[in-house]
Amino acid sequence: MFRYIVRRLLQMVLTFFGATFIVYALMFAVQDDPIQALVGEKPITDSQRAALTERYHLGDNFFAQYWYYIKGLLTGDFGTSMTNRKVADMLADAWPVTLRLSVMAIVIAATIAILAGVVSAIRRGSIFDNATLVVTLIVLAMPIVVIAPIAQLVFGIKLGWFPVTAGRDASLWQLLLPAAVLASLVVATELRVTRASVAENLRADYVRTARAKGLTGARVIGVHVLRNSLIPVITLIGVDLGALMSGAIVTEKVFNIPGVGFNLFRGIRTEDGPLVVGFVSVLVIVFLVVNLIVDLLYAALDPRIRYE
Amino acid sequence: MTDISVGLDPRAPLLHVDDLHVEFRTRDGVAKAVNGASFYLQPGETLAILGESGCGKSVTAQAVMGILDSPPGHVTGGQVLYRGVDLLKLAEKDRRQFRANRIAMIFQDALSALNPVYTVGFQLAELFRKHRGMSRSAAKLKAIELLDQVRIPAAKDRINDYPHQFSGGMRQRVMIAMALALDPEVLIADEPTTALDVTVQAQIMGLLAELQRQRNMGLLLITHDMGVVADVADRISVMYAGKIVEEAPVHDIYARPAHPYTKALLESIPRLDHKGRELNVIRGLPPSLTDIPKGCAFHPRCGYAREICRMDQEPPAYQIAAHRIARCHFIREVLGV
Amino acid sequence: MSETALLESPGKPRGLAGDAWHDLRRSKIFWLAAVLIVVILLMAAWPSLFTSADPRDCVLSRQHDGPTGGAIFGYDFQGCDVYAKTVYGARYSIIVGVFATLIAGVIGLAFGLAAGFFGGWLDAVLSRFIDVMLGIPLLLGAIVLAKRLSADPASNGVFAVTVTLGLLGWTTAARVMRSSVIAAKNQDYVAAARMLGAGNGRLLFRHILPNSLASYIVVLTILLGINIASEATLSFLGIGLKGDAISWGIAISEATGYIRVAAGPLIWPSVFLAVTVLAFIMLGDAVRDAFDPKLR
Repeated sequence: MFRYIVRRLLQMVLTFFGATFIVYALMFAVQDDPIQALVGEKPITDSQRAALTERYHLGDNFFAQYWYYIKGLLTGDFGTSMTNRKVADMLADAWPVTLRLSVMAIVIAATIAILAGVVSAIRRGSIFDNATLVVTLIVLAMPIVVIAPIAQLVFGIKLGWFPVTAGRDASLWQLLLPAAVLASLVVATELRVTRASVAENLRADYVRTARAKGLTGARVIGVHVLRNSLIPVITLIGVDLGALMSGAIVTEKVFNIPGVGFNLFRGIRTEDGPLVVGFVSVLVIVFLVVNLIVDLLYAALDPRIRYE
Repeated sequence: MTDISVGLDPRAPLLHVDDLHVEFRTRDGVAKAVNGASFYLQPGETLAILGESGCGKSVTAQAVMGILDSPPGHVTGGQVLYRGVDLLKLAEKDRRQFRANRIAMIFQDALSALNPVYTVGFQLAELFRKHRGMSRSAAKLKAIELLDQVRIPAAKDRINDYPHQFSGGMRQRVMIAMALALDPEVLIADEPTTALDVTVQAQIMGLLAELQRQRNMGLLLITHDMGVVADVADRISVMYAGKIVEEAPVHDIYARPAHPYTKALLESIPRLDHKGRELNVIRGLPPSLTDIPKGCAFHPRCGYAREICRMDQEPPAYQIAAHRIARCHFIREVLGV
Repeated sequence: MSETALLESPGKPRGLAGDAWHDLRRSKIFWLAAVLIVVILLMAAWPSLFTSADPRDCVLSRQHDGPTGGAIFGYDFQGCDVYAKTVYGARYSIIVGVFATLIAGVIGLAFGLAAGFFGGWLDAVLSRFIDVMLGIPLLLGAIVLAKRLSADPASNGVFAVTVTLGLLGWTTAARVMRSSVIAAKNQDYVAAARMLGAGNGRLLFRHILPNSLASYIVVLTILLGINIASEATLSFLGIGLKGDAISWGIAISEATGYIRVAAGPLIWPSVFLAVTVLAFIMLGDAVRDAFDPKLR
């Protein structure tokens, strides 16, 4: 276990530097005029130019610049937006609603995926299984830019089942539709992995042993099969966070939720380069940390890894 | 919980499988895995079911346990009588009470047969908790006791280990402990030593035999290994294409096989005193279960085969002696009388 | 388990590809996907086959008018024919999707082959690099990169989005290629060919690659669907296609502001986009099922 954790931590450190380096390089490297790239097509005053050069240490060589950037990230200084607000402050404002939204999405997705996936796997080839297969296929093919506005149109405006938009202090009820939209991004893959994993485990020899032990069907599935089957599903939830982040940008925009994604969207639209770089960097770090946690969880769930 | 001893007839055979038929229905057709297998087992007795892989012996064992994968597997006929009660007619709820309590099973590969994500202690204690309603701590003590009985050193410490932390032989001991936990009267061992080293094989078979003696259990030993059978079995049923083709006390069968298939099996064992001679192997392959030959299923591979063997009518079970039967038209020739 | 192994039908021997094609031909999903893809490709190549209207012929006075004669989906907020715009939108979706997938496919192939075939330190380095790339969620990386590549205000963003998605989307493909190469490499017949003196090149291209290609093509087919969806998302966010480029993502983005007034301009590009993505994912699914019948 200890060796596994150390190895994962080392890997995490490497990935952290690698990923932030790539993000930074994408933004600033090999750029004729990085400052113009930061602000986009807008004209820029000399004082703004000087401030940005100072801010991003553009006078220094590239690696020194990257070093300052990393130092900033590690000390909680994520930069200042073009509107002169600290990215850290904006994040502090924005993250609570985004966190609620994404946790709801993860819970919704995982619940549906695991329940339907297990039933599908047990009743392989049944009507339920085939219907699930078709539905997941359709959901899988729905890009977020399709599902978010259409869901708002159908369930919010036409049917009026849910609030059309959610504000800064949105209630869980107001967040339900956007959370369901976000969940739809990951639920299909999670369901398919659950189904495949349960189906595979159902054929495992240890299931036969469990039945030979005279256990009830519910216990064989619920205790013996499920624990083994959930291991790959849990790891997927970490990877899915990336999709959720991307989805949150569109979803928060469409439902007017002033969270992290909404800010990022506005930053992109107003060509606020420093804001975009700051937000993206933080999201990448969150993504890496969550995946590290998921990997450690994985080890806790699977003793074969724990005692490697 | 219904009382499972109701209706049991103490005078009936411990286990009596009668004309069992099992099919697998797949998209490629129906595979007839077991085609009228019959045998019986008494307390304290060891019956070996011997056959090549694919002959239906494991499927028979699973059908007796009631743990066939279904679909695709279906029992299509016959009876599995436990002290006179037909298990196949019981509702699943009642049938479950027989598993582990009355009939327990040991599987071939303990590594895959044990759940990798639970400790062996959990998997043993589970039996006591679910069948006997014991508390966690009491069940754990019983589990330690069991591991002691199958001679796992330092059982107390190993109870919290996971299956992959045990050696192959130790894992099979855990399997045996699990099977014996609730004092079953019938133990089915499906190739219990195939996955093990030769030296460990002997230890495990010794342990099994000893535990069987202590508890006066009926042991149904499923194997393809004639060497294993010779030492421990009282009687042997030879299975071919889902049917018992010969049944006899162990010494008779080794001395004078009555069925050409049994004879061929015996001749295909390498023997020290035959060193230098060419080894006899059975020509051809076991039949495909979706397309079993008409008449005697063994005729395409049989040196004794004649026209009658290819007829629609399969050879009947000829009684040779008190406990001996064989399904062959030419028993006399095979026996050499 | 030993019993079930014998249940496989004897049948006539067929190659893996022959088997797969045999299964594929009977798959309704495959045919549905194939028909949809042909229609979409026709639409991308010759939009005038589907509509005689000009998508850029917009008259503000027709704003949000309902369906009339030729404009069967009505008009959007600029008074453009929604049907014509939607039909013409297929072109850039396909162009970006196909070329981004080709770029990703080539990079993934190179990385996967090199890492899988040579192994050792090269594999370690390349695999760590893939890990690093996987540490950046696709859309977040794309936001930064597409923004940089499309700095030129005169461009319509097609090049920038294609290169962005190509450069960031190859990691899964590389992983799949790597593991299937490793699997193929460990097959006995490859070891045999090596012992018979086959060189690296011959091993790679005659023995290993053909056996790894099936799963790779499946991954790329699905990636094509994902890339088309990603293009729409980037365009929606305002860092994808822009200027006078006609894109479903832009159309959806514009329509979201008016959904209380007119739903058509939102619904139709959404339907076309979803159906296109669906077609490629279905195709990938059907081909994978044909090659990997294990889980049926």
